[in-house]
Amino acid sequence: MRYLPLTPVHRAEMLASIGIASIDDLFADVPPAARRAGLVDLPLAQGEIEVERALSRMAAKNVAAGSVPFFIGGGAYRHHVPAAVDHLIQRGEFLTSYTPYQPEISQGTLQALFEFQTQVALLTGMEVANASLYDGATACAEAVAMAHRITRRGKAVLSGGLHPHYREVCETYAQFSGLEVQALDPAPGQIENLNIDSDTACVVVQNPDFFGELRDWSALAARCHQQGALLVVMVTEIVSLGAVKPPGEMGADIVAAEGQGIGNALNFGGPYVGLFAAREQHVRQMPGRLAGQTTDADGRRGWVLTLSTREQHIRREKATSNICTNSGLCALAFTIHLALLGEAGLTRLAQLNHAAACNLADRLAAVPGVRLVNDSFFNEFALRLPIPAADAVAALAEKGVLGGVAASRFYPEHHDLADLLLVAATETVTEEDIDICTAMLAEVLR
Amino acid sequence: MTGWSQALSTRPAASSETETLTGNRGLLLEEKLLFEQDSPGHCGVDLPEPPAHESRLGGLERREPIGLPGLSEPQVVRHFTRLSQKNYAIDSGIYPLGSCTMKHNPRLNEKTARLPGFADVHPLQPISTIQGALELIHTLAHWLKTLTGMPAVALTPAAGAHGELCGMMTIRAALEARGDTRRRILVPESAHGTNPATAAICGYAIDPIPNNARGRVDLKALKAKLGTDVAALMLTNPNTCGLFEDEILEVAASVHAAGAFFYCDGANFNAIVGRVRPADLGIDALHLNLHKTFSTPHGGGGPGSGPVALAAELAPFAPLPWIVRSGRGLELVERAEGLAAQTIGRLKGFHGQMGMFVRALSYMMSHGADGLRQVAEDAVLNANYLRVRLSQGTGGALSQSYPGTCMHEVLFDDRFLKDTGVTTLDFAKALIDEGFHPMTMYFPLVVHGALLIEPTETESKASLDQFADTVNGLAVRAKAGDVAGFHAAPRLTPRRRLDETTAARKPVLRWRREMSQQEAAK
Repeated sequence: MRYLPLTPVHRAEMLASIGIASIDDLFADVPPAARRAGLVDLPLAQGEIEVERALSRMAAKNVAAGSVPFFIGGGAYRHHVPAAVDHLIQRGEFLTSYTPYQPEISQGTLQALFEFQTQVALLTGMEVANASLYDGATACAEAVAMAHRITRRGKAVLSGGLHPHYREVCETYAQFSGLEVQALDPAPGQIENLNIDSDTACVVVQNPDFFGELRDWSALAARCHQQGALLVVMVTEIVSLGAVKPPGEMGADIVAAEGQGIGNALNFGGPYVGLFAAREQHVRQMPGRLAGQTTDADGRRGWVLTLSTREQHIRREKATSNICTNSGLCALAFTIHLALLGEAGLTRLAQLNHAAACNLADRLAAVPGVRLVNDSFFNEFALRLPIPAADAVAALAEKGVLGGVAASRFYPEHHDLADLLLVAATETVTEEDIDICTAMLAEVLR
Repeated sequence: MTGWSQALSTRPAASSETETLTGNRGLLLEEKLLFEQDSPGHCGVDLPEPPAHESRLGGLERREPIGLPGLSEPQVVRHFTRLSQKNYAIDSGIYPLGSCTMKHNPRLNEKTARLPGFADVHPLQPISTIQGALELIHTLAHWLKTLTGMPAVALTPAAGAHGELCGMMTIRAALEARGDTRRRILVPESAHGTNPATAAICGYAIDPIPNNARGRVDLKALKAKLGTDVAALMLTNPNTCGLFEDEILEVAASVHAAGAFFYCDGANFNAIVGRVRPADLGIDALHLNLHKTFSTPHGGGGPGSGPVALAAELAPFAPLPWIVRSGRGLELVERAEGLAAQTIGRLKGFHGQMGMFVRALSYMMSHGADGLRQVAEDAVLNANYLRVRLSQGTGGALSQSYPGTCMHEVLFDDRFLKDTGVTTLDFAKALIDEGFHPMTMYFPLVVHGALLIEPTETESKASLDQFADTVNGLAVRAKAGDVAGFHAAPRLTPRRRLDETTAARKPVLRWRREMSQQEAAK
C-alpha cells in the first residue's frame, strides 16, 4: 500500500526487536470478545486511478455552480478565487503542519494568523479579532455565549433578519447552556421592534440581513448600551464590507461573520471560516485561539499563541469555550486572497458585486408579476413572485438555471414567505447569465 | 508554562559567525508583515471597472478607508512562500505529537476534494442537483458505521471538540426524553481538556476519576462514583497514556447498570481501526477525528471534522440535517419533524465539512478494509518499536511511565531527567535543533513532565531509528550535564524561544502603523 512505508521485512525485524512473535501480541489488552479476526465488510484497497474514477463519477452527478447561470446566496457566495490562493495553501508547510504550539518552528502559521486577525479587525471596524472559529453560525452562538459571560445576563434577543441556520445553532446551544433565546419572526422589509430589558445580554442582528436589506444599527447600539446590553452584528457576506459601513462604526460590541466569501470555495457548505472580532476590553472573554506579537531570546520580533489561559487545554471545565481548533487553512486562504485584493481590489470587488446585483434586480423586477422587496441591498435581495418560490426554483433548475433559494426552505411554517425568493449576484455572473435568468423566470411565470 | 527567561537573551557565542547584513541566513529569510509592504493603490487581482450604477446601499456606503495594504501577485506569492518556510510540517519530517495522529496527508485527497462537482457546489442548491454530494456523504457514513459497528453517525460536527459537544448533547437529550435530570459527568484525569470543557458547556458538573497504577481508569473509583445522578462517563480509548482500557467491558457494564451513557473520545481510533469496533466495547457515542485517523490535513490548526457514531438509543437525537433515502433518491431532512422530531437541532451552518468528507472517503477507499487494518497494526508496531528503542537495551534512555506494550503512542515522564537541571520543555526544544518536531509535552497530566510520542504508521523504520538515536543521544547529553546547551535551545530556528509571558501580559493581537515605525527605528 503506497501510504505505508514498512515492508514485511521491516515488520519482522521490528517484531523481533520488540521481542514478540506476532502483531496480535500488541493487541492483547483488547478483550477477546471484542477482537475481530477478519476484515470488516468494506471494499478492499484500490489504486489512485480507481478511487479517482469512482469519486469523479459521484462528483459528476452534481451540478457545479460554474457550469450554469448561478444566483444562489443565503450565507454562502460564489466568488472568484485567484489561482495563487489555492496554490499557496497547498504548500506542504501550511497544509500539513499542526496548530502552532511550538512557536520557534511555526512562525509562518503564526505570522499569517496575526495578519489574518489584523485584516478581520480592519474589515469589521473592531479593535481585536481571533484566529477564526468553525463558521459563521457557530461564531454567532459563541458571540451569544460571550455576551452572557460579560454581562452575566441570561437572555439573547435575535433579529428575524438573522440567518435561520445561525438562529437554529444559537437555539441548539442555548437548550444546553440554559440561556434564553428570544428569536423574532422574519419580517422582510420591515423595521423590527427589538425589546431590550435589564435581563438582556445581547441583541443579535445581521447586516445585510438574511433578506439582503442593509441597516444602520447605530441607534440600536446606543439603546443596547443604555440598557447594559451588548450589540452583536453578524455578517454572512464578508465581501459586503468592501462597500458598506462596518459594524464597528455603528457601535457593535462583537462582530462575527462567515468569511467563506473571501478565499474559499462553496464546498457544499464547508469547511468555511468563522470570523470573530470584539472590543479590546473584552478580549479575555473571547473564545478561540489568538496569535500575539512578542520577542524572542535574541530580541527579534516573533509571534506566539497567547492568552491561552482562556482555553480548554489549560482551564479544562472553566474554559471560555471547548474549542480546540480554528479553521486554519481557510483562514489562510482568506488572508492570501485579501492580501491580493488589498484596499483597491476589495473596494472594486464589492462595487462589481453591487453593480451586478443592481442590474439583476432591475431586470428581474421588470418580469411581470415580480416585485423587489428591498429598499437597499448589497449583492443579494428578495423578490415576491406570483407563484410559490420553491416551485420557481425547481422549474428554473429544470431549465438549467440555479436561480436563487426559496425562503420556504427555511420557513415552511411562515406561509406569508412562500412566494419569497432570495437572489444573489457576484462578480462571477455575466450579462448573458442575467439575460438567461430573466428570460427563464419570465417563462416559468407565464 | 513558559520556557523563556530573561537570562537567555544573550546570543549564543557562535552567532557572530552567522550574523548577516539582512538578518537572513541562507534559505532562512526574514519577512515583514503584509502591512509593512504597502504600495498604496496597488492590487494583486485584475478586476474590470464596475459598470455605471446607482448605489442602493441605503446611505450605508463605507466612508473611511479600510486600511488594507496594496501588493502585486509576485509580492504576495513571495510573502507567503517565505512564511511557509518558517513552518515545520509532516511533509518535512516526523511529527510525533502524541494524541494528534500527524500522519501523511495523501495528495489524491486534495485532488478529489477540488473536483468542481464537490468544491463548486452550493449547499442550498435544489436536491436534484446535489445527488452526488449526498451519495458521497451517505457512503462516508456507511464506512464509518461499518468501522465502528454503530448504527448511526452524525456528520455535521466541525471538529473533535464539536463532535464531543454533539455527543454530549444527544446524551442529555436522550436522558431528558425519559424524564431523567442527571447532572454529573465522570471524566478521567488523563482526559483531553476538551472533555471537561464540553461537558461544562452542556450544563454538566464534572467529577474526575483517578487512573490506577497501570495507567487505566480506576474501576473501583469509577464504581464508587457511579450513581443515579451520573449522566455519562467520558473515556478516551485507547487512552492518552497510549494504553487500551483492558477493563472496558466492565466499565461499560457498570456505567449502563447505573443508567448512564458511555461516551468515548475517539481521538485515538487510529490504533484500532479495522481491528476493534467501538460498538463491541459497549460504547454509546464516539467521535472520530477525520483529521487524525482518516488523514485530512491539519492545515496549521484546522479545519477539522468530527463525526459522531451513535448507538440506536441516541440516534433519534442526532443533529440536523439528516440524509435519508427515499423513492426519489437521497434527501436532506432539515426540519425537526417526522423521523427527526427528537433532534437536538442544528449544530453548524449547512451540512458539515464536505471538503473533509471527500478527503476522508478518498483515503478510506484507497486503503480499503485490508489497508485500514494494516494502518492500525503499523501504527501500533511503530509506537512499540520506539518504546523499545527509547527505553530498553543499550541505548534506551527514557523512563516509560507504565511498563509493558503500548498502543499507537507511548508515554514517558521526566524521571530520566532527574537532577540534570534539564526540563521536558528544554529537552523538546533541543530536539527542534536536531530537525524534529517535539513530542506532546506535559500531557497527559497524570505523570510528571510527560513526553507523549505518536509516530503513526506513515513513518519508515529508518525515520524511527533516526528519531530514536537522536532522543537517546540527547538524553545522554542531558545526563552529562550540558544544562546551558539545553536552556539555550533552540538556536537554529527562525526564532529562538519566545517571550510568552509578556505576550500574555501585554497582548498585541494586531498590527498598527505605529508598531512598524517603532520596529523600523530599532
